[in-house]
Amino acid sequence: MSQFLPETIQSFLPNVIQLIYLVATGFFIVGIRRLGSPATARSGNQLASIGMLIGVAVTLFDQEIVSFEFIVAGVVIGAAIGAFAAKKVQMTAMPEMVAVFNGFGGGASALVAWGELARLNPTMFDTQSLITTGLSILIGSITFTGSFIAFGKLKGFIGGGRIALPGQNIINLVLTAVALFLVGWFTIDPANQVIFWSLFGLALFIGILTVLPIGGADMPVVISLLNSYSGIAASMAGFVLGNNLLIISGALVGAAGLILTNIMCKAMNRTLPNVLFGAFGGGEEGPAAIGDSDKTVQQTFADDVAIQCAYAKKVVIAPGYGLAVAQAQHVLKEVANLLENKGVEIKYAIHPVAGRMPGHMNVLLAEADVPYDQLYDMEEINPEFASTDVVLIIGANDVVNPAAKTSPGSPIYGMPILDVDDADRTIIFKRSLSPGYAGIDNALFYSDKNQMFFGDAKKSLQELATAIKELD
Amino acid sequence: MEDLIFNLFIFVLASFIGFELISKVPPTLHTPLMSGANAISGITLIGALIISGATGGAFSHWIGFAAIVFATINVVGGFMVTDRMLEMFKKKEDDQ
Repeated sequence: MSQFLPETIQSFLPNVIQLIYLVATGFFIVGIRRLGSPATARSGNQLASIGMLIGVAVTLFDQEIVSFEFIVAGVVIGAAIGAFAAKKVQMTAMPEMVAVFNGFGGGASALVAWGELARLNPTMFDTQSLITTGLSILIGSITFTGSFIAFGKLKGFIGGGRIALPGQNIINLVLTAVALFLVGWFTIDPANQVIFWSLFGLALFIGILTVLPIGGADMPVVISLLNSYSGIAASMAGFVLGNNLLIISGALVGAAGLILTNIMCKAMNRTLPNVLFGAFGGGEEGPAAIGDSDKTVQQTFADDVAIQCAYAKKVVIAPGYGLAVAQAQHVLKEVANLLENKGVEIKYAIHPVAGRMPGHMNVLLAEADVPYDQLYDMEEINPEFASTDVVLIIGANDVVNPAAKTSPGSPIYGMPILDVDDADRTIIFKRSLSPGYAGIDNALFYSDKNQMFFGDAKKSLQELATAIKELD
Repeated sequence: MEDLIFNLFIFVLASFIGFELISKVPPTLHTPLMSGANAISGITLIGALIISGATGGAFSHWIGFAAIVFATINVVGGFMVTDRMLEMFKKKEDDQ
């Protein structure tokens, strides 16, 4: 579109574009900063999207761009698909959505590098462009296929358990080494089609092979990591094109993904290598490892729970993913409202892995209009359990399992948990005594301070709401 | 090679800014943060615009076109879904 501008401006244009890119960078940085507090987060996201709009709009004035048919068609199609998906997606399916968007982002970066190579004569590229082109294709393609495999696993299209060949880790390691070797070879001999296509194909294959063996329960870690990759891939594409906006934005996202990956690993008491290569975290349902049958549980019913809660000073609710699966957030909010009207203090205890990705449970509760200032992180709420009368544990299991503190042999030993056993009374809403995804029996079930409220979470909460109303 | 070094400086410094900015985000916002950051990684759209709009063969235009579609899905979808999530985050006062 630069031809529409007066000639005097045209001569300054490349510098003007760069300066406006700098402005866009500022929008991204301030935007991410404002994402740091619930009160300003929405405006932060909007600032970032304005930054993106500025960056895209000013790029259209780049003198290199001479035709717009493909651009208009591509943006219209992409925007329609993106908007439709964003409007329709269920909040419980957020990890899948992020995985898919992420895959597209990574794929786009690989395509940009490939396109630049196809557009210009590869022998004209200098070494730095060739290295980064190779890396962009490698990382972008791994992100692309890896994200779609992660999506398939979360959706259940692909078996949630570990699908692994014998010696899988060694195979992956060797393939990655071969891929890096091919990047090097490509740098030396960029016109060699065989090398180029081997690199591309191998990268796509590595994405599939590295995500396939990882258990469905570990997918959120993988998605955070792939999110980081997609940022790095965008950054590499920026190196190829010599575009600072891409380099900086990509690096910001790369850092974000790494931090979130780290947080997620810590919350699950795992290391990243252990998630990527480890043996734990298989299927959704572990073996039915219910131990000695002489242990007894106390069973309770809605009327009794209603009385205990209504006459409590402080009730803490510990939700798990089972709550979201049962679509019981709204009923839960109703119960909380009824109790609050009776003067009970309500707090929600959110374990970092309560949902399917970090912060997922907060979104699910926000959807049910639970105010965010009632949501407490594990570190904040743990000291408060000692002064709590009743803890309602709904659809959560492993995150309240004392085995994480008491039995060194347990696979979840060392995982930080909600210290619900400090409270005077715990009530677990659960279908049965079956163990959670880790397949570990939960000693809390048999504690004399604990009662079990058996049944579907949504139905149980509805009964509880009715019972509280009847108290008046 | 000088360009590469210079760009590496930018890359590393931006990564540090990213670490600083994001390590302060409270866990409540991690999901919107991830999807918002994800949308920002669609910045590669700018590269795609150049590939598909600049002079070059039809082949590179088609690659650029595919890259634009992919990146736009990432950008538009990512920002919109993040906004949808953040819209739901309310304080107690607004709630009643």
